[in-house]
Amino acid sequence: MINLLTSGSGFFLLLLFYTLGAIGSLIFKKKDEWANGWQSLFAIVGSLWGIFFSISAFMTGDLSFAAYSSVFPLLSFSFHIDQLSAFFIFVISLITLFCSLYGIGYIKHYYKKYSISALGFFYHLFIMDMLMVVTASNGLFFLIAWEIMSIASYFLVVYDHNDVNNTKAGFLYLVMTHVGTAFIILAFLLMYKFTNSFDFESIQAQSVAIPVFIKNSIFILALIGFGTKAGIIPFHIWLPAAHPAAPSHVSALMSGVMIKTGIYMMIRLFLDILQPIPLWWGITILIIGSLSALLGVLYALAEHDIKKLLAYHSIENIGIILLGFGSALVFISLGNTLLALFGLGAALFHTLNHATFKSLLFLSAGSVINQTHTRNMEEYGGLIKYMPQTAFFFLVGSMAISALPPFNGFFSEWLTFQTLLQGMTSVNILVKSTFVLATGALAITGGLALACFVKAFGATFLARPRSTEVAHAKESSLSQLIGMGALALCCLLFGIFSGYLGSLFKNIGTHLTVFRNISLPPILSSKINFIAPNNFGSVSALALIVFLILALFIVVLLVKFVINRNQKTKIGATWDCGTNLTQRMEITATGFARSIILIFAGILRPSIQNEIEYRDSKIRYFPKSRTVTLRTRDIYRLYFYLPLNKFITTLSVRAKAIQSGSINMYVFYILIAVAIALFLS
Amino acid sequence: MMIFIWILQLICVPALSPLCMGIIKKIKAKLQNRVGASIFQPYKDIWKLLHKDEVISTDASWVFRFAPFIIFATTIVIGASIPLFASFLKNTLTGDLLVVVYTLALGTFFLALAGMDTGSAFGGFGSSREMTISALAEGCLILALFTTALSIGTTNLFVISNAGMLLSTQFFLSTILAFIGFFIVLLAETGRFPFDNPATHLELTMIHEAMILEYSGKRLALMEWAVANKFFIFATLGANLFFPYGIAHSVDTHAIVIGIIVLLIKIFILCAIVGIIESTMAKFRFFRLPDLLITSLILSALAIGLIQMQIL
Repeated sequence: MINLLTSGSGFFLLLLFYTLGAIGSLIFKKKDEWANGWQSLFAIVGSLWGIFFSISAFMTGDLSFAAYSSVFPLLSFSFHIDQLSAFFIFVISLITLFCSLYGIGYIKHYYKKYSISALGFFYHLFIMDMLMVVTASNGLFFLIAWEIMSIASYFLVVYDHNDVNNTKAGFLYLVMTHVGTAFIILAFLLMYKFTNSFDFESIQAQSVAIPVFIKNSIFILALIGFGTKAGIIPFHIWLPAAHPAAPSHVSALMSGVMIKTGIYMMIRLFLDILQPIPLWWGITILIIGSLSALLGVLYALAEHDIKKLLAYHSIENIGIILLGFGSALVFISLGNTLLALFGLGAALFHTLNHATFKSLLFLSAGSVINQTHTRNMEEYGGLIKYMPQTAFFFLVGSMAISALPPFNGFFSEWLTFQTLLQGMTSVNILVKSTFVLATGALAITGGLALACFVKAFGATFLARPRSTEVAHAKESSLSQLIGMGALALCCLLFGIFSGYLGSLFKNIGTHLTVFRNISLPPILSSKINFIAPNNFGSVSALALIVFLILALFIVVLLVKFVINRNQKTKIGATWDCGTNLTQRMEITATGFARSIILIFAGILRPSIQNEIEYRDSKIRYFPKSRTVTLRTRDIYRLYFYLPLNKFITTLSVRAKAIQSGSINMYVFYILIAVAIALFLS
Repeated sequence: MMIFIWILQLICVPALSPLCMGIIKKIKAKLQNRVGASIFQPYKDIWKLLHKDEVISTDASWVFRFAPFIIFATTIVIGASIPLFASFLKNTLTGDLLVVVYTLALGTFFLALAGMDTGSAFGGFGSSREMTISALAEGCLILALFTTALSIGTTNLFVISNAGMLLSTQFFLSTILAFIGFFIVLLAETGRFPFDNPATHLELTMIHEAMILEYSGKRLALMEWAVANKFFIFATLGANLFFPYGIAHSVDTHAIVIGIIVLLIKIFILCAIVGIIESTMAKFRFFRLPDLLITSLILSALAIGLIQMQIL
């Protein structure tokens, strides 16, 4: 057992579970219940094994092994699991475990409508390839795993294929992810050209040989490629389309884990393989992080499709992760490894936290959608009375993502803020102003995220139902509640034990080559406190939580049982100003966010369109119906993607001129091409 | 001795905060040539409300019922996490700047949810307006407080107020700029002029009052008290971070008595300023409020830019 945990066979066993799950669910093509049971069982067992394996791999450290020697000279199926990879295996397994638990109950509503076995097949393939992506140590092998991961997730996005919006979203995702992959392939080819290897370790050993210009090109290519997967702005447009389309437990995995593989590769490349790096890389990432965080949350505010709202928040949180990671890169280039380690810790902690609360939010949103059959928040309202537990879990997730203490989101945001503060003390005016901007962006993002989740929770769960669908809503099934409850518990526990976790994140950093040769004072955290470097600040999660609960307890005790013992509480109607209260008097999600949207009108470009139809078109006194359409325009589509699309279309029309359709002509083209090739060589 | 000081620190905010409200109301009354109620009137109001029966809406969920307790508890926690009259307490567990900001946000979160919970049009719009202002104000608050943190080199509020020499050093200009930024946030977060009129129940303009419109009895008392606490917390932050004079540096009865008296004087001055602003100024139009907050943001960013120090 011990042997298995600390060797390559342990990892192959992990892959085997998912392979069995994938193939097994194909066998039960006719029996939906069996297919569901089989895939859920293997996903749960596999992810449990993954958690054990990743923890032990984390303890033992570097683990290198190959599957078998391949016949191709450049491709080798080799794995390398260091602390960083082990951490990502842990995150993937943890989220898979709870999503699969949730899935048992959730998948049931697809019975008879869609093929459950196909869902299981792609689900397992998807998870297996995410695991390979974060462990592969060969560029070509990595690309294969990356590609299968993208394709498997594409099939999951279009799973609900009767809705034409989903297939459209899937196509957009397919295009964007392949554009991203093209950039990644270019980056790898450039690295190969100067190091003669696809193997990560030998690239790292020879990375000094790469000329500066090429290295910068690799940075830009990789940033675009992996940034597309991570969903950074402006390459994010697939994310708010694709994530809502997938089944909710898959959305949770995509938003919680898959986009993090982009972050993983950025850390691997920029912080590990391509060291040493110039200063502007870090600054670029900081700027992109600030933009993604701020714009992500603004677009989320304008959204009233609950899953799209959550998807935009993924962009925001990727931005926050990049703020931590970007400052780590800046500190590394400035030679302050201690601060760099701290920044990396902030990024990784937020990665873990975002995975937990975002999947929690997606799962609880999935339950709501499942009951109400709509993703439009305007048709919810009052669900807290019909689905009290789901509402509670969504509230926990909302508080965690808004960085409210005592949940985990607060502590990783605290770390990020502390890192940025350290950057502000720099004397380099460029570095300093970047950090001031980034801090401002993060501070405002925090406030806007809070507003956005008041909107999301309030419009969905509070007040009175705004449609008849709500009145039929029932509480989620037991397996769904267990999945969500466990994630909610994780949000609290990761908050309470943030001090302890902090010391683990330090371990991840110190095993990367950049940090390895430097002895570091153990300042990141003690077991109970978080302590920022240079004694800049400290916070104790446990004390804060105990204090909050104690204060609450005493207040309730004093007010309810000491001062106010004999008073009666009457239940009455909400004050209605003398008219009958209807659901149209409640505030809607659109109305709630409207004032913030108008304040940021320069970015969000809200438009209002009034249409009135009159009973008598001549007199125009008595309107028959009025419609008001409120929209926000996506400036990326407008100013970046549409012109690009137009350009490519015109180019293709021009290119059509040489396509005559006659074979003789094509043979002639080939002749010319061969002649040119010969001439050039 | 230390236990006694800690108890004093804990009850200081809830015990003194209604007095602040009373003083502001008195100043406003004097400026309007009225006699005005006694400055102890808010205590009597809270006491009276605590002993009344209450009505709760049929549409309300546990969020509405529980929110006043949470909001009040957060102000208690913050009250113990900020330097009041003694900077030697060195609370390294929760005395962090960001802890205070985000615990305040926790209160705002539940306040806004409680406003939406009853499904009345007033509550919903109150919440919407409150979140619009506080979304921007939170960022401004963080940046304004970061100015002091950067000058002293820590985010622990007790250490910042203990260092206490911001005005006499090279940080003079940035401290003043950040304080102006902070004061704007104070007005915004505590719902004073020109952001909100705490005395109005006019549906077109009210923000905070709209959210707590459905409350009555003991829950209303807690809400009113929590608002007073919040004002006291902000006033203390302004007084002790930017002008940390007179705060007790050592465990000494003499120093502590002086600390309490100086704190009361500083808070009284801030109350007077707020009272005068409310008597001489009109409320701003809602969509002009962001201009004011962005001014605060720019002032704080400028203040940070002026700070020169070297760690990196």
